[in-house]
Amino acid sequence: MSVKAIFAIILTAVFINNYVLQQFLGICPFLGVSKKFDSALGMSIAVIFVMLLATVVTYPIQHFVLDQNGLGYMQTIVFILVIAALVQLVEIVLKKHIPGLHASLGVYLPLITTNCAVLGVCIANVDNYIDAATFGAGYVQALANAFGSGVGFLMAMLLFSGIRARIEDNDAPPAFKGMPITLISAAILSVAFFGFAGVIENIFG
Amino acid sequence: MSPIITAVVVVAGIGVVCAVLLSVASKLMAVQVDERIPKVRECLPGANCGGCGYPGCDGYAAAIVEDESTPINLCAPGGPATAEAIGQVLGREVGAIVKQSAFVHCRGDCGVTGRKDDFQGEKTCAAAKLLFSGDKKCAYGCLGYGDCERACPEDAIHVVDTLARVDPDRCIACGICVRTCPQHIISIRAESTPVVVKCSNHYKGKNVVTEKCTAGCFGCSVCSIKCPEKAITMVDDLPVIDPEKCVGCQTCVKVCPAKCILPRKPLA
Repeated sequence: MSVKAIFAIILTAVFINNYVLQQFLGICPFLGVSKKFDSALGMSIAVIFVMLLATVVTYPIQHFVLDQNGLGYMQTIVFILVIAALVQLVEIVLKKHIPGLHASLGVYLPLITTNCAVLGVCIANVDNYIDAATFGAGYVQALANAFGSGVGFLMAMLLFSGIRARIEDNDAPPAFKGMPITLISAAILSVAFFGFAGVIENIFG
Repeated sequence: MSPIITAVVVVAGIGVVCAVLLSVASKLMAVQVDERIPKVRECLPGANCGGCGYPGCDGYAAAIVEDESTPINLCAPGGPATAEAIGQVLGREVGAIVKQSAFVHCRGDCGVTGRKDDFQGEKTCAAAKLLFSGDKKCAYGCLGYGDCERACPEDAIHVVDTLARVDPDRCIACGICVRTCPQHIISIRAESTPVVVKCSNHYKGKNVVTEKCTAGCFGCSVCSIKCPEKAITMVDDLPVIDPEKCVGCQTCVKVCPAKCILPRKPLA
């Protein structure tokens, strides 16, 4: 597993397969928490954290428990269960030992426990990188993809919070005020991201 | 074993492991919350205005209980009654309550300055500010589209003749207008402050300033030279008064050629 391949996975996850803007997962926090830059940043950091953590746990579960028993079809329910329990656990540990981090992430952690983007990353990792024979290589790739997806979410959130700050001060026609103009600008941002398609293949290919 | 039983056993097993982990963790790592915090919180008005400098009433209540040195008289909306109630809960003396209110550091109404261009956008200060620092002739002054007026929870600030004016009797010193104003020309001041600088422009030179606003400070620094207590320093061509040193002699009010330094309250 070369560093170059890991880098390619991360960049692909950030720009080309961006979870919010290309795969349309995690739209709820994308529209709900992107009004202010600070909360968008806090939410995104929590998402990176949870995506990594969820992959750390769900990938071995799929590899060692579900696949061994022929239970691959149970992944959705098992993953949701495990991720929800894990985030609760992490929250308790943070509250006790790192109150500062808990204060800054605290509100956002429970919000994203069973978010579709988090589940989507776990399932995509399992679908794309799992290899029945070996464990290590696929695990590293999955972690890289989870990190990249989180960073992609962060980028989409920060870009969009900037756009929304501008929209707030604009005189939109009454029919477009509020959510409609927000959705339209999200669509334009998403179209802009199609421009990245093919870039990674040409750099690393 | 039939696949159904395997599935049930595996999922139930994972569930049990998670449940055990969670319940053990919640017992081992339980965080004790001081019971005085909710009591103090009940004394506060719950406006969550942030005027005390803490994030909302919950934040202030936690700060009071956890840190003994936190003053208990910071709640402006609650006033003396709230401070007294908190003092009873904690058994602490209430200090003197300083009445504060918002103050607009600008005199640029339509009589002394004007608009340099015809702004057609959304009629808010924030929108106007995006285009060349606003459409007023002075780039530092009050834009007069009333963002503060709309933000004020107490209806205490109003735009009259394109200049925001505060009604000190209604103002609860919550600081929402201070944070809202895109020009950053509003501040919270104690009403006992002797003198205030009622201008925010950083231009220098009489001709430069009067072109934009006939009531503006032109950075002559006479006030800082004449002040007997050396309480005034010029920062970016604008006087800054050190409240610790100021004795309220009103010398600066008398010498200011632009009449930009004024008594906080009109002299009797």
